[in-house]
Amino acid sequence: MNKKTILNYKELDLTLRRLACELVENHQDFTDTVLIGIQPRGVYLLYKLVSIIQNDYNIENISTGELDITFFRDDFGRRDELLKANSTEINIEVEGKKVVFVDDVLYSGRSIRSALSAIQSFGRPSNIELLVLIDRRFSRELPIQPDYSGRKVDSIDTQRVEVEWNDEKQKNAVYLTKKVLK
Amino acid sequence: MSLSVDNLLGIKYLNQKDLQLIFETADKFKEIINRPIKKVPTLRDITIANLFFENSTRTKLSFELAQKRLSADVVNFSASQSSVKKGETLVDTVNNILAMKVDMVVLRHSSVGAGVFLSKHTKTTIINAGDGTHEHPTQALLDSYTMIENIGDIGGKNILIVGDITHSRVALSNILALKLQGANIKICGPNTLIPKYLTNLGLEIEFDIKKALNWCDVANVLRVQNERMDVNYFPSIREYRKLFGIDKEMLNSLDKKIVLMHPGPINRGVELTSDVADSDQSVILNQVENGVAVRMAVMYLLAQNK
Repeated sequence: MNKKTILNYKELDLTLRRLACELVENHQDFTDTVLIGIQPRGVYLLYKLVSIIQNDYNIENISTGELDITFFRDDFGRRDELLKANSTEINIEVEGKKVVFVDDVLYSGRSIRSALSAIQSFGRPSNIELLVLIDRRFSRELPIQPDYSGRKVDSIDTQRVEVEWNDEKQKNAVYLTKKVLK
Repeated sequence: MSLSVDNLLGIKYLNQKDLQLIFETADKFKEIINRPIKKVPTLRDITIANLFFENSTRTKLSFELAQKRLSADVVNFSASQSSVKKGETLVDTVNNILAMKVDMVVLRHSSVGAGVFLSKHTKTTIINAGDGTHEHPTQALLDSYTMIENIGDIGGKNILIVGDITHSRVALSNILALKLQGANIKICGPNTLIPKYLTNLGLEIEFDIKKALNWCDVANVLRVQNERMDVNYFPSIREYRKLFGIDKEMLNSLDKKIVLMHPGPINRGVELTSDVADSDQSVILNQVENGVAVRMAVMYLLAQNK
């Protein structure tokens, strides 16, 4: 097996609309909610969801932000390659707000642990939820579970989940591939 | 991609990609130091010793703040209160400190090449925070970073360095960093304070301050280092001020609006008048702010190279 499709373009579109619908169900007009995309790959998913919510539900003024977790990771000095940071763009108050973290794949849970620490630099949210497109079950290293999940996937450590975004060619899809060992 | 060096001993050991990586990383840290909570836990298991064998206020403070923002453990050492006075050698002093499990050393020393010497005799990561009149790499990095912030990519831009070049470690590091980025560099100052070797670096020298200012996009004005002068290099402060000092009248008479920088501390009324130092063309305090971000970037990147 080299590349197995988990979600094709149509299925992915349906899943995104369902996730957007669930968000609207729980957050209504998003007045007290801030959607935060986890850099780098959660950000694209975030804006896809925001665009669906705006177009399908006519909800404008959704507060969003982009959070980079690099400096909050727990594996500093334990990796061979350099941990290079992405930008953080949080220009809104998160104090007392309902925050939803948005990321593409939930695997060990360590990125989300880092995000939970990183968001504190911007205030104390009233509560934090987690939305992921793909939940890789049975691979968690920390007690972290999603509140919204697009698809649950059973995979092993030597596999990798790849989310590809290509709106122009209508090739958005999620694949299960073999991890390339460096 | 990581830094090509394990220590930051001078700009001359860095390449263009290193500078780019440092500046990109500093961007991220600059955002962090403007957050309500300015601290990240990245270097929490790293201990850094600041060894200052020579007086320093802002560099030491800037390094210490950068270390604390990164959550590193910090120990400070100043030569005046140490066994150096009792005759201990530099290597012995440092090895004793390293025996206490210190991971990184920030070194300021009055001897040229102190950092290079130490890197050959110890196994720790060394950051040169100024070695005599030789190099002050983090100052040059923060200067370049501030220039880029103000005028964009400095390749092909005209950068003027004014003042006491002979006694300035900031000058040499700046020149090397600017050359790496492809900037056009001109030097302006009293003939006695411009070392002869500068022409070997392909730099132009201008003695007319007004002509030089009209040429440049950014002027980095250096301090007259009276404390390092064993003889008189120019007749009087009054004459220096008249020939190389920058005042508001001169600034307003230029053809364009230039950016003014100064590594501090300023001799107000000598290199720059107060109204110039505090004008909207001066980015001196931005340099200080950027200093923390750039030093965070350098320590973050070097700690990963360990």
